[in-house]
Amino acid sequence: MNYIFYFLIVISIIAGAINGRLSDVVNAILSGAELSVKVAFSLIGIMAFWLGMMKIAEKCGLITVISKLIKPITSKLFNEIPEDSPAIGDIAMSISANAFGLTNAATPIGIKAMEELQKENKDKTTASNAMCMFLAMNTAGFQLIPATVIAVLVGIGYKNPTEIIAPTLVVTTIAFLSAIGLAKLFQHCWRDK
Amino acid sequence: MQIISLCALPAILLLILTMGLFKRIPLYETFTEGAKDGFKVAVNIIPYLVAIIVAISMFRASGIIEMLETVLKPILVHFNVPADTIPIMLVRSLSGSAALGIFSDIANNLGPDDYATKLSAIMVGSSETTFYVLAVYFGAVGISKLRYALIVGLLADFIGIVSAILVCNLMF
Repeated sequence: MNYIFYFLIVISIIAGAINGRLSDVVNAILSGAELSVKVAFSLIGIMAFWLGMMKIAEKCGLITVISKLIKPITSKLFNEIPEDSPAIGDIAMSISANAFGLTNAATPIGIKAMEELQKENKDKTTASNAMCMFLAMNTAGFQLIPATVIAVLVGIGYKNPTEIIAPTLVVTTIAFLSAIGLAKLFQHCWRDK
Repeated sequence: MQIISLCALPAILLLILTMGLFKRIPLYETFTEGAKDGFKVAVNIIPYLVAIIVAISMFRASGIIEMLETVLKPILVHFNVPADTIPIMLVRSLSGSAALGIFSDIANNLGPDDYATKLSAIMVGSSETTFYVLAVYFGAVGISKLRYALIVGLLADFIGIVSAILVCNLMF
């Protein structure tokens, strides 16, 4: 990440200078910083709501039930996490919320899952294998219905917007499965410096 | 399918609350106890978001994406990929709102029957913004050493783009 951070900023300054857009690049610092705070603050309310709901779900044993249901799959994907950890149930709920397009619920629940994974993590500043796996599943963005895209298509008078669902599902499934496969592969061959 | 989407959220809430009541959990107290962390988590994310969103905003403002576009154009046109969709491939891992904006432009300018509209719809609908997910999820728990997480995310995005091109070629 150190190199990527350096690379993104240095390349931006050089390319901005070449393209004569250095002032745009400088302005982007302010607008980007403002946007970050906006994004974080817009999360507060919905985050509090879902963290509250998930606390109830955890205390009444619902998370444990879900964890047990999906144990055959998750015990292979998250082999370093104890089977009875609430992290497993949280992960299942977050991925299913994503699949149904409930992004507002998926992010807070996903963060809750990350916190549970952090409890099992030995080095608190370094991502564990389980965290990388969960992140891979999330960046692939598995979704059954691409609702936002369909809304745009309906807006321009697309006659049959649902025909986009099948190909999108095929592509998102391929991306999702390859993310899991890649995470598993890297888990075996990654060497920490 | 859309009905499932609509009912999923109310169903989850009913399930959680009913099960909680059934098990005699103090619902209100437990809810507020959990919800307390909402502010803390959101504030924790800010430094990570600032680092990533500022760097990406600068990157997008520098015009480098347009430069990459001119390099990639002759190669991708060879594979039956419309030039209009190239910016989407380049920004979708960096910014979700930008990718959606470009897709809306393509859809509005080229209309529903154009191949580029369909291809960009599939590309936007099948992915998440890798850098954003990374900043939010790792930021919330204070992870700064990412190990292989970013590489895996970007490789999966690349596989997603390639399969979007292949699937769109087969179906439309």
